[in-house]
Amino acid sequence: MSLDMNANSYVTEDGRTIGPVVMDLKNITLRFGGVVAIKDISFNIREGEIRAIIGPNGAGKSSMLNVISGFYKPQEGEVWFRGAKRPPMRPYQVAQQGLARTFQNIALFDGMTVLDNIMTGRLNHMKTNLLQQAMWWGKAEKEELANREVCEKVIDFLEIQHIRKTPVGRLPYGLKKRVELARALAAEPSLLLLDEPMAGMNVEEKEDMSRFILDMNDEFGTTIALIEHDMGVVMDLSDRVVVMDYGKKIGDGTPDEVRNNQDVIDAYLGVSHD
Amino acid sequence: MFYREAGDFKTSYRDDNQTFPIRLDRAGYWVAIAVAFGIVPFFVNDYWVNAIFAPFFIYAIAALGLNILTGYAGQVSLGTGGFMAVGAYAVYKLMVAFPEINIIFHVLMAGGITAVVGVLFGLPSLRIKGFYLAVATLASQFFLIWLFNKVPWFYNYSASGQINAPERSVFGIIVTGPNTEAWAKYLICLVFLVGVAWMARNLTRGMTGRKWMGIRDMDIAAEIIGVNPLMAKMTAFAVSSFFVGVAGALFFAVYLGAAEAGESFGISKSFLILFMIIIGGLGSIFGSFAGAAFMVLMPVFLKNVLVGGMGWPTDLAAHFEFMIVGGLIVFFLIVEPHGLAQLWRLTKEKLRLWPFPH
Repeated sequence: MSLDMNANSYVTEDGRTIGPVVMDLKNITLRFGGVVAIKDISFNIREGEIRAIIGPNGAGKSSMLNVISGFYKPQEGEVWFRGAKRPPMRPYQVAQQGLARTFQNIALFDGMTVLDNIMTGRLNHMKTNLLQQAMWWGKAEKEELANREVCEKVIDFLEIQHIRKTPVGRLPYGLKKRVELARALAAEPSLLLLDEPMAGMNVEEKEDMSRFILDMNDEFGTTIALIEHDMGVVMDLSDRVVVMDYGKKIGDGTPDEVRNNQDVIDAYLGVSHD
Repeated sequence: MFYREAGDFKTSYRDDNQTFPIRLDRAGYWVAIAVAFGIVPFFVNDYWVNAIFAPFFIYAIAALGLNILTGYAGQVSLGTGGFMAVGAYAVYKLMVAFPEINIIFHVLMAGGITAVVGVLFGLPSLRIKGFYLAVATLASQFFLIWLFNKVPWFYNYSASGQINAPERSVFGIIVTGPNTEAWAKYLICLVFLVGVAWMARNLTRGMTGRKWMGIRDMDIAAEIIGVNPLMAKMTAFAVSSFFVGVAGALFFAVYLGAAEAGESFGISKSFLILFMIIIGGLGSIFGSFAGAAFMVLMPVFLKNVLVGGMGWPTDLAAHFEFMIVGGLIVFFLIVEPHGLAQLWRLTKEKLRLWPFPH
């Protein structure tokens, strides 16, 4: 069965509905001084899909993610989000639009408990002002408890109930990664970016993480874009894959298409120049 | 009754969220409040209020203010003395200009004015961090003191350059000026302290506090989650300066009665309050109290022991006092860099397990 990927929405082989384009990147070019990190790259992310970005080290994957989340401003090209061109924005404004991400090297708040860290994810869902919070009784408390309930669902989902009140600084690496994912998930993002969610993990932890990513996508319908080096994981998880090398896009399509793409094979296995 | 949570089941998030999750703590807190409001006022005399309670309460308010800025939001400030001066001069001008308005409102308004000034001097924090910010706030300290000495309008052109608190009352009870009763001084400081501590606790346990701590722990991650760094830092400066301004207003109007900017609110005051929160514990409400108590009580205690107990001459005792307090600060910082609050936390953790540590 061949899928018509240009249609507005389609149903995958495992029965999930992939919706219209959420994030559309058009001809992005990013330069640092003389170095061209990203060169004229276009691709899109559709609602409900798991989109992977792969490529050798230094290919510009993380830069791409930083462009999407607003850390880097590309010199050329446009970012379209939900059918509208995105004006230049600070990262917190991007977050307010419904985008959440995790980092390659964990960026959690070490001095706060796991629960507080996850609660920060609810930031854009909380509306009380400073004065109401200073008084606490009434609105602020009600809002806090309502959002706590959402966070508890995320905590249950990611199976971290036992460390709820532990300061993040005391946790081991694998759990920190999970807490960071929980914080991003608590924001109920319409697009979730994961920068190497499985870096430095053992097989079991990778299996757990893959399960969480699939369940997240399945249960909450979260659209996910992820960068990952583990090819097995990427090919199993993702609906579509973008392959980058030296800041250029060398492949884009379903895992099968990408696997058989000669340019991709060359980039990963090397090619002899004789 | 053992000190632990066992058997004290929390059945709602509201219960789980409370400030004192352990029953014994909760009881202790209410007993302390009841004693402070219901019993102590009947027994305090001038010595106890002027040497211990009034300075302790007022410094605790200032320490809470600085702790919000430095301990919770991670922005170092050496301008506390200057901001206290803003509170003091603001309350003085208000008291003189609007004698018919209640002093409580004057103090709160003085806090509000200090908050505005604090935000103004906090603007550089958007660009600079750490030591450089400390230097920038140090500049605000010197500038403010210079301003209050230089412009006679602030001290109403008095010949001495001092400001003197006129007599004002709350519900018919005199709280400022030389005729104030000891218990009235005690109570007005206590009321403000409890109010400020309650607000500080509410702010730090809610989303505002999490924004501040996020900026402190990792500003990039905070921004990506949706914290507006400008707003978070400015609210921290505003709230912190509000508290410090209230402390300055009380320090002048209730405690000192007469003040001169350089002498009462100089750089040494900024350092004193910074020491309080470092010794007490950064990012802790309890730490602000503990630090203020330590810095106020230790000299009084030493003086009583050295002069009263051992019969040393006063001047010799005064010098030793400095050395001993300094030595104790160094000792505490080496033994427990996270302050008295951390010691308290460890004690509680051990108590929870006692007497069966396994």
